[in-house]
Amino acid sequence: MTLTEKIFSRASEKPQLSPGDNVWVNVDILMTHDVCGPGSFGIFKKEFGENAKVWDREKIVIIPDHYIFTSDERANRNVDILRDFCMEQNIKYFYDIKDLGNFKANPDYKGVCHIALAQEGHCRPGEVLLGTDSHTCTAGAFGQFATGIGNTDAGFVLGTGKVLLKVPPTLRFVLDGEMPDYLLAKDLILQIIGEISVAGATYKSMEFVGTTVERLSMEERMTLCNMVVEAGGKNGVVPADGTTFKYLEDKTSLPYEPVYSDEKASFLSEYRFDISKLEPLVAKPHSPDNRALARECKDVKIDRVYIGSCTGGKTEDFLAAAKVFLASGKKVKVPTFLVPATQKVWMDVYTLPVPGSGGKTCSQIFEEAGCDTPASPSCGACLGGPKDTYARMNEPMVCVSTTNRNFPGRMGHKEGQIYLASPYTAAASALTGYVTDPREFLE
Amino acid sequence: MVTASSISFGANTTFTSSPIPKTKPLFIPHSLKFTTGNGRAAVTFQRAVSVIPKATSADSRATKEPTATFHGLCYVVGDNIDTDQIIPAEYLTLVPSNPDEYEKLGSYALIGLPATYTTRFIDENETKTKYKIIIAGGNFGCGSSREHAPVALGAAGCSAVVAESYARIFFRNSVATGEIYPLDSEARLCEECSTGDVVTIEIAESRLINHTTGKEYKLKPIGDLGPVIDAGGIFAYARKTGMIASRN
Repeated sequence: MTLTEKIFSRASEKPQLSPGDNVWVNVDILMTHDVCGPGSFGIFKKEFGENAKVWDREKIVIIPDHYIFTSDERANRNVDILRDFCMEQNIKYFYDIKDLGNFKANPDYKGVCHIALAQEGHCRPGEVLLGTDSHTCTAGAFGQFATGIGNTDAGFVLGTGKVLLKVPPTLRFVLDGEMPDYLLAKDLILQIIGEISVAGATYKSMEFVGTTVERLSMEERMTLCNMVVEAGGKNGVVPADGTTFKYLEDKTSLPYEPVYSDEKASFLSEYRFDISKLEPLVAKPHSPDNRALARECKDVKIDRVYIGSCTGGKTEDFLAAAKVFLASGKKVKVPTFLVPATQKVWMDVYTLPVPGSGGKTCSQIFEEAGCDTPASPSCGACLGGPKDTYARMNEPMVCVSTTNRNFPGRMGHKEGQIYLASPYTAAASALTGYVTDPREFLE
Repeated sequence: MVTASSISFGANTTFTSSPIPKTKPLFIPHSLKFTTGNGRAAVTFQRAVSVIPKATSADSRATKEPTATFHGLCYVVGDNIDTDQIIPAEYLTLVPSNPDEYEKLGSYALIGLPATYTTRFIDENETKTKYKIIIAGGNFGCGSSREHAPVALGAAGCSAVVAESYARIFFRNSVATGEIYPLDSEARLCEECSTGDVVTIEIAESRLINHTTGKEYKLKPIGDLGPVIDAGGIFAYARKTGMIASRN
């Protein structure tokens, strides 16, 4: 069996199963946020009763992150609904926020759910993690089965701790070769999505192996798995290894048992990439599979740059952007928005020294480059959101973004044009005012 | 693309149910007959009429009767219509399980389509659509997992979608909520039909008839979420199979 099949096997208590089987699976963690939580709770109460109790108060993680720093009353109300439910059900993990004017005044608040899940130790090899968000697949970086579900399925899980899932076949992606120092995991996944298309992995698992993958940090693995859904994938996995165990050391004390694909496991297809030959990429408007070389888009004039989201707003993403600004020493030519994914990332941006800078922090480098001040951590403008969302695209503009989708209207305005890119490429583009290959600054 | 069914139907499988095409799309066949090659019934299931639990608003529907046909005007869209186009993110503050907000969600269905779609899904100043059926290309519903997407379509008055293929979370949510009936076409119907064509979908016959062009098209069988749809959604299916206790 493949890694994913083994997780299904254990979670469904069936020693043998095959792709295509529909099985009831025990859920280890259910996550929801401010956009889907209220609806999921509504269904839970309707189906199980007003006084029903959740299946396990310690296996549910409630993370407000989508529409937080807004004056939209319904958005604010939705966070209150989360709180009421958590209090009523005595939910152990609720990363609450009450003071919207100062995120730092909220000790429990984290920010973007997928990054918070990892940082708080809720992602563990071999487990089943479901979330009411398509980018729940991010957690596959930890060698677990993680996928997005809707409110109704979530309502069901809340009451039973189980879900009916079909075992997916696995596509294997073997990434070998030394990663050039101008490439990031974002380039790798854009390469893959461009190769197989936005429906190339529909109903399938994407397993990432190879020497390149083994050398990726946890955050880079998360970026890789994050955009699995953009290829239609059900889940993505990176087998757990020393890097995984080291990351988890100080984050969780719960026991876990990783699983691995058998030598002779059957994969639907295998794709091989020699990473040493790849070049920085973008996904042009309006599809994540509209792949192009960044250097071939150098005549595309841009209006702004956005660095943030679960895909490209982690600590290492900001360190990467800072590296490019440092190498250039110049100022950005377009408004450059920085939205750290979580409180911890925000802190890192303000405290971690950037290698080769003589002790400067990312925030100092960003300030010197003329970027906007790093904003309050949340999903921000990745998905547009309420009209007053920071960095939302309210007029037609061209934006280079480290986010995950660029369908029409994704960041707000229907005629907005979004080029998806790595933090290196985004920073380089900010410096020139055009879509720019980061080798302009990194070599 | 919905993959092969884990339940195999013989060549002569027929679905029978009492056709009560009416208000809304809560289709359940209330008997299934599997016939063998020479027409003799191999297995027959009879079950009490039930409905897909309205995971959204309990009181928003007047009737919840099963239907075997969908009939009305069709609205045609292309490939890769993602959930941001079906219901833009700014409307996700609306909670689908709240009856008033459920209706409001419906009024914004497909408002995210670009200006190249010159005919709106819902006319200006209207809150419901006049198009009962959506005909789509491939990968319909890709993108976000927001259940608000099938909910908005259903709340707007859409009964069924006939697509070349679906993104998996959207398909799953459609089945789980019962808001719209997700059907697969064999051919690329988005190139054969035009917005405003009058169509009929006959579930029993697995076919779509375009009355405006006079052409007929084959649809694919339901696939392996069939038992879930037949039971009436994930909660009813779980109760039926003993996974969770019955209500009351």
